[in-house]
Amino acid sequence: MPHDHHDHLSPSGHPYRPDNDEALSYWQTMEIAVRELLVENGITTLAEINEQIEAMDRRSPADGAKVVARAWVDPAFKARLLADGSAAMKELGFEPDFMKLVVVENTDEVHNVVVCTLCSCYPRNLLGLPPDWYKTRAYRSRTVKEPRTVLSEFGLELAHDLRVQVHDSTADMRYLVLPRRPDGTEGWPEEKLAQIVTRDCMIGVAVPNPA
Amino acid sequence: MSLPRVDPPPFPPPYPPGNPRFGSGDAVRVRPGIAPGHIRTPWYLRGKTGVVERVCGAFGKPEELAYGRDGGRVPLYRVRFTMQEVWGGKASRPDDTIDAEIFEHWLEAADAP
Repeated sequence: MPHDHHDHLSPSGHPYRPDNDEALSYWQTMEIAVRELLVENGITTLAEINEQIEAMDRRSPADGAKVVARAWVDPAFKARLLADGSAAMKELGFEPDFMKLVVVENTDEVHNVVVCTLCSCYPRNLLGLPPDWYKTRAYRSRTVKEPRTVLSEFGLELAHDLRVQVHDSTADMRYLVLPRRPDGTEGWPEEKLAQIVTRDCMIGVAVPNPA
Repeated sequence: MSLPRVDPPPFPPPYPPGNPRFGSGDAVRVRPGIAPGHIRTPWYLRGKTGVVERVCGAFGKPEELAYGRDGGRVPLYRVRFTMQEVWGGKASRPDDTIDAEIFEHWLEAADAP
């Protein structure tokens, strides 16, 4: 059996990925230089930088889900969340830092979906890092033009009489969709409600499924 | 011209709004201008007319901030546009809407000459 057909595959049968050991780009070199200067001049430390990276990695859509579940069970909290998202998330112990959060509510008339056509603005302080597709040119350009087609590709077919409201995060605000609480979840405790609130529900490309 | 319905939010802006020229419900047009540098007014909305949904507050001017200058704070609005207004006959659903944040210096009253 000729062996050379398989030379580009690992023993597990998957293709080898190229190593990322090419020369540094201009901006990678610049980042290293600035970081080293900040550390050498005592402005920050490597420990502080690592702590910041770890803090970023600790955030996840589970944080946003807790905020949504609280809003579902506590109408007064929901009112505060819609009026000032950053202040309300702080009540639950989530730190907005400089993030200015606007929460938009799905109703029986409106379905909200969030995009950033200019770059990849995303409520990172509540949901963590955005998914790769959120940053693609396809999602960014198509969501403002044919949102219903994009949503159907995510498996979400909306009722004809719902208005789709796209939010383009063009400047200082960051957006979180407050989904509708699904029928059949009456009496559920907050923790169980939070489990059906996925990342995609809070971007607006999905709705919670209680099944 | 196709303008969307806007229900004014039942709460004030959570951030100091400065002295905004427009308020919720006002019809505004995005200036069709071209400017160099860092701009946060998307191309596809330039020259389009919408309705102010809310005043967000006043924030740093991106064209100045990008170059390390202090351009002062400018009122920022969420402006709602219909798909009909933005995409014309190519809109698959004319009554669906797009909300975007636009700074005051990129807006003029819809009835301005």
